[in-house]
Amino acid sequence: MSPSRLLWQRFTAHRAAVVALGLLLLIVLALVVGPALSPHAVDSIDFDGEWATAPSLVNAHWFGTDSLGRDVFVRALSGGRISLAVALAATLVSLLIGVSYGAIAGYLGGAVDEWMMRAVDILYALPFLFLVILLMVLFGRHMVLVFVAIGAINWLDMARVVRGQVLSLKQREFVLAAHTQGMGDGAILARHVLPNLLGVVLVTVTLTIPQVILTESFLSFLGLGVQEPATSWGTLINEGAKEMQTTPWALLFPASLMALTLLCLNLIGDALRDALDPRDSP
Amino acid sequence: MWRHALLRLATALPTLLVLVTLTFFLMRLAPGGPFDRERQLPPQIEAALAAEYHLDEPLPQQYFRYLGGLLKGDLGPSFQYEGFGVSELIAKGLPVSLTIGALAMALALLLGVAAGITAALSHRRWPDYGVMSAALLGVSVPSYVVAPLLVLVFAIGLRWLPAGGWVDGRWSDLVLPVIALALPQVSAIARLLRGSLLEVLQQPYIRTARAKGLHPATVVLRHALKPALLPLVSYLGPATAGILTGSVVVEQVFDLPGIGRYFVQGALNRDYTLVLGVVAVYGAMIIFFNFLVDLAYGLLDPRVRKP
Repeated sequence: MSPSRLLWQRFTAHRAAVVALGLLLLIVLALVVGPALSPHAVDSIDFDGEWATAPSLVNAHWFGTDSLGRDVFVRALSGGRISLAVALAATLVSLLIGVSYGAIAGYLGGAVDEWMMRAVDILYALPFLFLVILLMVLFGRHMVLVFVAIGAINWLDMARVVRGQVLSLKQREFVLAAHTQGMGDGAILARHVLPNLLGVVLVTVTLTIPQVILTESFLSFLGLGVQEPATSWGTLINEGAKEMQTTPWALLFPASLMALTLLCLNLIGDALRDALDPRDSP
Repeated sequence: MWRHALLRLATALPTLLVLVTLTFFLMRLAPGGPFDRERQLPPQIEAALAAEYHLDEPLPQQYFRYLGGLLKGDLGPSFQYEGFGVSELIAKGLPVSLTIGALAMALALLLGVAAGITAALSHRRWPDYGVMSAALLGVSVPSYVVAPLLVLVFAIGLRWLPAGGWVDGRWSDLVLPVIALALPQVSAIARLLRGSLLEVLQQPYIRTARAKGLHPATVVLRHALKPALLPLVSYLGPATAGILTGSVVVEQVFDLPGIGRYFVQGALNRDYTLVLGVVAVYGAMIIFFNFLVDLAYGLLDPRVRKP
């Protein structure tokens, strides 16, 4: 059986993870098409209805409206789009930094590896989130800065995982064979080492995405992330928390949507890790 | 052992220096200054203010002046809270932050360890699934979601506890913030401990202990728990960092006079010294805690001590 088939089989053995995968796809689908289904727009105010209407089916405010009369359903979904988009972009940044750093350290080995990994150890001890908060406050809250900064603090795990894998890969016969054929280091890394990292990288990515979503919404909650008129789950939770006495649904819907997404991602990540790690097989 | 400790200390101090340096220059690179007002100040007054706070000196000189003060425990004057030193402000806020943080950590350890043991002992039976589902939910719901939800239920709905604020010595002010800070950590600790316990329980010496006919509880508590706690010890570093960063939000939601709140306000007001002070204090705490954890790890696990 091919390795990917085997992986899929072991993954589907976790029934909860399969359900989570389906649910996640549904959520993504809802984020993409959902806002178009509602007659309301993200930032439009429903002047016909009352401000802060409770969820109802009659006026198509399925999740109610917030204290300014904006539709919570549309806002929760389009906020989710931005949260996920920022998360994917940030994960890509962490992927680029982490994989190249880890691969170089692991492949070169020796003193270089020693120093590069010691640097990672030191960085682990830094309270990075504080630096990101500072960055956001000081240099304006540009969307690009948000995901680059979040990605730049989340690559450490990736670097460690990749380095470990590369250390063991470079001892394998096929790398030796490539060497004897006169292949250069760069070519070996790109052609033979990187493709074999796919599994561990995939797991780390699935576990990084929830982290990154949390970081983004933390920043947005503090009013430092995504800015109006764009909105994200963190921003919505912040707004909802301020008005929760009058419009609790404006807090509950975005918060549960985010929690559900994170739950699915965590379940999938755990199951993938199990599926890739033969030690802990059922 | 001493060599190990010294080596760790030798990396901890430069780390702190790097953090302070980074923060210092980041703040100065940014556009905007602490005396930007809507109404332009007369240039003489602006110059006098700058001179008073040594902002007219060349940047390196300011940097070394700050480091010199830091060594003496003086974090400089606050720009925003006139007449207050940053050290004073932090000294006033720190007890509040520390009380909440320490209680949250204690609660997280207590509940997390209990839940982790329960789950590991009932591996693949319903208590395990129950604890793990709850823990997974806990990791997915951050402090800033838990905090408003707790207020909604216990303060607004049931009216059992105050929704925020701080009266010296009133314990009811502590309950909700501590729970909000602790819950995500409880989940993380439970997941971690369950995993490491399950691994330890497969070791041959555990089989030996069972074969001797020891009570199952004795096997777990006396033989399996101690090695299984090792990964937890190294998680204490990140956990401290998590609780401290969480406190920034929780202090804001519950309107508590801790130092986390100063951080965001200080940054928004470009109160250079206040922000630097909070970063230095929080950074020092996190780095110091990591250092202690490393030491403890060396004491607990003899394999680490070998150079």
